[in-house]
Amino acid sequence: MTDTAAVGGRQRVTRSRRSAAWGALVGVVVVAILFSLPYLVYANVTGVLVNLFILVSLATMWNLLAGYAGLISVGQQAYIGVGAYAVFVLAGDGISPFLAIPLAALISALVGLPASFLLLRLRREYFAIATWVVAEAFQLVVVRSNSLGAGAGAPLPGMVGLDPALRQAFTYWAALAVAVAALLGTYLLLRSRLGLDLTAVRDNEVGARSVGVRVVRAKRIVYLVAAAGAGAAGAVLVISQLFVQPTAVFTVQWSAYMIFVALIGGLGSIEGPIVGTVIFFLLQQTLADRGAWYLIVLGAVAVLMAMWVPRGLWGLISDRFGIRLFPVGYWLHGMNPPATGPGPKTESPQA
Amino acid sequence: MVWVNAIVQGILLGGLYALFACGLSLMFGVMRVVNLAHGDFAVLATYLALAIITGLDVPVLWSALVVAPLFGMVGYLVQRFIIQRSLDVSPVTTLLVTFGLSIVIQNGLLEGLSANSQSLPSGSLASASFQVNSQLSIGYESVIVFAVAVVVLVCLQLFLSRARLGREVRAAADDQEAATIVGVNVRHVYGVTAAIAFATVALAGVAFGMYSSFNPAAGPQRLIFAFEAVVIGGVGSLWGTLAGGIILGLAQVLGSQVDTSFGVLAGHLVFLIVLALRPNGLIPARLS
Repeated sequence: MTDTAAVGGRQRVTRSRRSAAWGALVGVVVVAILFSLPYLVYANVTGVLVNLFILVSLATMWNLLAGYAGLISVGQQAYIGVGAYAVFVLAGDGISPFLAIPLAALISALVGLPASFLLLRLRREYFAIATWVVAEAFQLVVVRSNSLGAGAGAPLPGMVGLDPALRQAFTYWAALAVAVAALLGTYLLLRSRLGLDLTAVRDNEVGARSVGVRVVRAKRIVYLVAAAGAGAAGAVLVISQLFVQPTAVFTVQWSAYMIFVALIGGLGSIEGPIVGTVIFFLLQQTLADRGAWYLIVLGAVAVLMAMWVPRGLWGLISDRFGIRLFPVGYWLHGMNPPATGPGPKTESPQA
Repeated sequence: MVWVNAIVQGILLGGLYALFACGLSLMFGVMRVVNLAHGDFAVLATYLALAIITGLDVPVLWSALVVAPLFGMVGYLVQRFIIQRSLDVSPVTTLLVTFGLSIVIQNGLLEGLSANSQSLPSGSLASASFQVNSQLSIGYESVIVFAVAVVVLVCLQLFLSRARLGREVRAAADDQEAATIVGVNVRHVYGVTAAIAFATVALAGVAFGMYSSFNPAAGPQRLIFAFEAVVIGGVGSLWGTLAGGIILGLAQVLGSQVDTSFGVLAGHLVFLIVLALRPNGLIPARLS
């Protein structure tokens, strides 16, 4: 956390600031508290949190695609479905569903590999709708397969003997683990060389290519990581619901959730999807007895945010207070403060 | 004879898809915008037509005469106030914003109306058909829809190639800045383009309502079909869109001849194959 370098005389470049060190500490404490929750609260609380963790994982992966690699996908539900059905099949072979989660993530990435060769050749709009068509095609294939329960779905095997309290606690920890892995994985990915490549691609694709960034390779890695993340989330989803059904896992509603959460929280920051997910759940709980109204409100807010506040709530917060909990950029100290606001704000990848 | 019947039905279904896709093709060709709420606006138009038909007790075709101009106005406003603003932020934003609109419209319909499937009461038209021979009959409805699609495409083509405003649309599509320099009000022209696109969406919505039942969640699937027709045919080419619609219709009807649940999947597969082999579509062209 102290990788600093001198630039010129009075200027200094640092990766982290004190807020990030505090952020790491708070992060560890929060995860520790979340980890101990099954001992402290009732299952209905942890049940809500399972859904929250699934959504954080999904939105984080979607944000990695859209906010960093510039890939707008409306079809990540394809890999939610692959992950869910991978757990279903593996559990049928006698593997514990919980142990099947990492395998489901791996299988999702493997399924994503051939798809990526078709999809990554496509331009923006084509990519968006082609991902959606791929998801639809996956669903139609599953519906035609009787061994996967066809259109009606099937209960998840391998969960019968488990004590309900224990099962709920395991499900909760699995969901927490997937969310933490998604956030931490994204953070490490963006701090690596690939993160720099992606930032360059996001800012200017042609320019990035001309200085030797292997653009398609960078995008492919992100696409596969996002597929694995969505697969893991789908695996947790089917474990928490104990039932797998094509319309539930392959619905485009998942894309709506991910996109709204990422837009409201803030595209292109790791913190954004967390903020967005919390707002999503507050809104959903507030409007719980009003049917689909939370989605209407959420969609309208997301549309307005996209049009007028493109960097979302976290963008507003971090601009105002200069906070980064997950520092993936660099701070340049000692410059004359920019005319637009107080304090050092120059930060290359996140600006 | 079963296959001949399937081919005829597939071609006629293709007319519906072409009618539905030409608005998408037009907006994509001119503004490089894919309106992800395209299908949901069509469903909205269908519900509006249903309200007019049952409320005023008029035939289906009359409702189209009200819904289409109304949607033209809606399209102009949506373009000027929502899509243009998104375009100014970034091209990616148009995808996100129209996707958001799609979800809002869908769930708004779900909340305001029931989730049950409904259909437009098309009266005597619904059952009437040409009886070619004992095994082959062609419904009037689908022939009318196909004819409307061809007429709309011809009118669009004439408008773009002959009318002054059509020339301005082409100019704005080719080079926005150059068009501005020679005095074209590009934002207004974009608005007009969206108005035309939305009017055709409304017509397609009414046609869809005659063809099959609909519910608030029917939009996304229709958008996918429209986009597939546009891409198979080739972006920016109106006749390509007709060809694409027909190919998609044929794939779906022939696919469901093989196995009822294979129809839609066959359409998707044809789309993905075209995308893999000919990403510019079968008849790539500019709007000219």
